[in-house]
Amino acid sequence: MNPDTWLATALDEAADPAATGPGGLPLWEVRLAEAGRVCGPAHADAARTALLRAARPGTTALTRVYRHGTAAERRAVLTVLDALVPDNSALPLVEDALRTHDTRLLAAALGPYAARHLGAHAWRHAILKCLFTGVPVSAVHGLPLRAHGDAELARMLGDFADERTAAGRPVPEDLHTVLALTAVRPAVPTAPPTDGARPGAVRGEEN
Amino acid sequence: MRIFDPHIHMTSRTTDDYEAMRAAGVRALVEPAFWLGQPRTSPESFYDYFDALLGWEPFRAAQYGIAHHCALALNPKEAGDPRCAPVLDALPRYLLKDHVVAVGETGYDSMTPAEDHALAHQLTLAHEFGLPALVHTPHRDKLAGLRRTVDVVSESPLAPDRVLLDHLNETTVKEAKDSGAWTGFSIYPDTKMDPHRMVAILQEYGTDKVLVNSAADWGRSDPLLTRTTGEAMLAAGFTEDDVDKVLWRNPVAFYGLSGRLDLDRESPSALHEGNSLLRGGE
Repeated sequence: MNPDTWLATALDEAADPAATGPGGLPLWEVRLAEAGRVCGPAHADAARTALLRAARPGTTALTRVYRHGTAAERRAVLTVLDALVPDNSALPLVEDALRTHDTRLLAAALGPYAARHLGAHAWRHAILKCLFTGVPVSAVHGLPLRAHGDAELARMLGDFADERTAAGRPVPEDLHTVLALTAVRPAVPTAPPTDGARPGAVRGEEN
Repeated sequence: MRIFDPHIHMTSRTTDDYEAMRAAGVRALVEPAFWLGQPRTSPESFYDYFDALLGWEPFRAAQYGIAHHCALALNPKEAGDPRCAPVLDALPRYLLKDHVVAVGETGYDSMTPAEDHALAHQLTLAHEFGLPALVHTPHRDKLAGLRRTVDVVSESPLAPDRVLLDHLNETTVKEAKDSGAWTGFSIYPDTKMDPHRMVAILQEYGTDKVLVNSAADWGRSDPLLTRTTGEAMLAAGFTEDDVDKVLWRNPVAFYGLSGRLDLDRESPSALHEGNSLLRGGE
């Protein structure tokens, strides 16, 4: 089937959460699984996020889809969390993705939802994990605001740089980028302390 | 030499193996779900494993430019364990996934009624989900097992030309071929088949609908024996086109029956904005 026709039909179907498909599964979940092979790798991510936005699942359904999903489906779920989940109830999905070593999942986990809800300790470790695994920190949503004035993150980055230097290994370039962001610059309005969620401060940051 | 390994258990192999396979010419593979050596005791253990075949292994393979696909099933060795039987009910949601190109491996281990049921049920699932099936033939009582397998296939809604009968050898190849199924051969260092016996079978039966795999797993096995077999074919007078047919075009044709083969994956460097991902295991 033509991918555009397929997607248009699938988006209509997704608006009816009661519709079921093969194996008695919700039809929109079936379409979410099939999207990659129908739409092709270049359009799969966009098709999946569009399906999720059309179906508007709550945290329970998103959690089910994530747990039963392939890596590509999980990335799609992580991408729509900020749009579909108003509170921090989907945080376990972000934490699950941050436990993996799949760099594309790590990057997807560090979108606006994580910027808004992830606690300071987990967020700092996620940044360090990006440096370890080669995920560019440009993928981290809201990095400048969350890193600003974060002395603990600066300490962790410094220790990591020392460890690399002691081993005669290169320090990732991104480490210097993040380290510079942790500095307190008097000209910039000071951000609130970095512990816990900071909804207002981070939500406006688009990068 | 481009190689598609149609049966290899990468979950049991190191990342070094992916690197060596790529260097040897492997560009694509299918990882069928199997037994881990230690029996599983609950369905959830299977689901974590299926998740790995749909998540972590494709990611690892992509680092080396290898297109990873999988076949999913309740494997023959655990099909008789009632603790694992609920996996059959959960399979539909997994069989829908991209890069699931077959039901497998299913088939007989000890030829029990529970295995009869699992095999017949999973052949029916393959038919319902538009997938071919990778059917393991037993290591003990092999010829009787092959015959019973062919009977179950013929009674199933799945056409024989959508079935790959695997782990064949000199004693089972003729009847397997006569059944109309695709024929699979596992090349092992000690057991199953070796490259020279494989060449002799190709000389006698031809290259049509023949797939050669390493079936490498946690046991004594070698993921590069597909390449060794290709070289043995060339040394015996087969052409490069013959080798390409057996090691690439035949597996592409068989698993292509799913309509889900995706051999044109993103290059490793494109996976994440040009950043190298090879350090991911730190």
